[in-house]
Amino acid sequence: MIEVENLQKHFGTKVAVDGVSFTVNKGEVLGFLGPNGAGKSTTMRMVTGYLPPTDGKISIDGVDIEDDEIAAKARIGYLPEAAPLYSDMTVEGFLRFSAEMRGVPSGELDAAVDNAIKTTFLEPVRHQSIDTLSKGYRHRTCFAQSIIHDPEILILDEPTDGLDPNQKHEIRQLIRRMGKEKAIIFSTHILEEVEAACTRAIIIDRGRVIADGTPDELKARAAKAGAVLLRAKGLAGTGIEKELDKMGESEKVEVIESDDEGITAMVYPAKGKKENLSTAIYSLCKEKNLTIEELRVEEGRLDDLFREITKTDAED
Amino acid sequence: MDAFINLLTDFAIPTVVVAAIFVAILLFVLPREVRTIFKRELSSYFTSPIAYVLFVVFLGISNTLSFFFTGVLEGGEADLFLPYFQYLPWYLVLIAPAVGMRLWSEEQRLGTMELLLTMPVAPWQAILGKYLAAAVVLFGMLVLSFPIVWTINYLGDPDNGVIMAGFVASFLVALCFLAVTSVISAMTRSQMVALLVSVAACMMLWLSGLPHVSELLMSLKGGWLIFWPILKLVNILGVMPHFTELAKGVLGLRDIVFFVTFIAFCLFATSVVIRLKRA
Repeated sequence: MIEVENLQKHFGTKVAVDGVSFTVNKGEVLGFLGPNGAGKSTTMRMVTGYLPPTDGKISIDGVDIEDDEIAAKARIGYLPEAAPLYSDMTVEGFLRFSAEMRGVPSGELDAAVDNAIKTTFLEPVRHQSIDTLSKGYRHRTCFAQSIIHDPEILILDEPTDGLDPNQKHEIRQLIRRMGKEKAIIFSTHILEEVEAACTRAIIIDRGRVIADGTPDELKARAAKAGAVLLRAKGLAGTGIEKELDKMGESEKVEVIESDDEGITAMVYPAKGKKENLSTAIYSLCKEKNLTIEELRVEEGRLDDLFREITKTDAED
Repeated sequence: MDAFINLLTDFAIPTVVVAAIFVAILLFVLPREVRTIFKRELSSYFTSPIAYVLFVVFLGISNTLSFFFTGVLEGGEADLFLPYFQYLPWYLVLIAPAVGMRLWSEEQRLGTMELLLTMPVAPWQAILGKYLAAAVVLFGMLVLSFPIVWTINYLGDPDNGVIMAGFVASFLVALCFLAVTSVISAMTRSQMVALLVSVAACMMLWLSGLPHVSELLMSLKGGWLIFWPILKLVNILGVMPHFTELAKGVLGLRDIVFFVTFIAFCLFATSVVIRLKRA
């Protein structure tokens, strides 16, 4: 539904987006990750037709955005980053305006407005003027605007920004639910959100896509993925760390804490030996008569991957 | 009683006809997007205090100054042209930018421009819808100036045709100033900057048509001839001669074409500015 090919955006001499390509199909929720200023918002602004790309191709549901901007825009719902609103309108008035602009037939306006208000829990402020709303309500009003015409494609720039934990949860659920019938792109800083709502994620840094995959695939790429945390009590000075190192399954042993009582260590697997590592450690501890207090295989965290790949890039 | 019937036939009916034609165009000729934007923009003038303040300021200035300062009453003749319509464009130099300053600068300040331009509308539809809303506000101001017309009709027996021509000419000048303001407000996110620059631009536009100024411009010789095209352009852009002709009741095609072309060009320029802003 959304196909982006080699997208480029230059502001003067500054390159904001440098050859981004991705595809989002119906039923997919694509998470956009990246540090501030990585080019996430700029990419979204180009996909929604707000900014003209310097180079590259964007096609929305088979329509090239350069050929028929209006037809492409009609298929999209968009929540811009700062959730801008006409502050002199009421929530209902604004949603009605958006629905009319988005081409909802006049007979279905009321139903569309009601539906969007219900979906985003705006009922209590329905008749309130937008400039009197709290940040959470403002954000949800803008979110309601983006879904009012039931678009096939949703582009959400930080949809949970400024919401409290309950609201964040609601919005994530909503994205997940809508993602079954729509193609959704959303950007976020919160990595757990990606795991909670995305079917796929890409990490953008300095205008380039540096990682692309399902949340699980990405997590597996983190350095800690597959490492085993061991906390064991037993005889002091058994030199267990050396044994662990010698075992042949591990690449590196990082001792976190070690005293007379016992040891806490992180054991990183050698290449291709992830599966057997924990069993090997278990038998080793048994052999040495150590009491295992904790033995846990690290899943790998998106946070770690994110920091690993965006940091090394920033330092060179 | 006669005066009342005169007012009705000479002013009220033409005004209603013009308004009806406008509404018909809005409903049946222009696309729904223009209508929706027009509606939103117009209602936002009246949900904030801005329209009311401008109405009071404009009517206060135009009516009191005409009565007490320019001496309508001392003239002894029931004629509005000199005391009223000669000064009206000067007020419009201030008022039209004040009406139009928020058109695009407010969109940029609130960030709603991003929302508006990612909706399935062509930029010209948005520009036109907003422009028409502001034009209606200006139209309302001129309509509400009727007490002065009523006074003149009460006191004497003026040529109402000429008075009507004066209003039509003033409205066209106001529309030109508004179109200039539309371009300038697209350039900045600050309403204040938009207002000040627009007032200056409209002032120059008006002044460049003053007889002394255009005579001066056209009489320059020697080194000044390098700037001939610019001088000529400034001279051509002068709004005043067209206003004077129309206000006298001479409905010249040339003047009408001038106003229409001028406004169309400014609205087009607005779209160019908006496109450059996005790129």
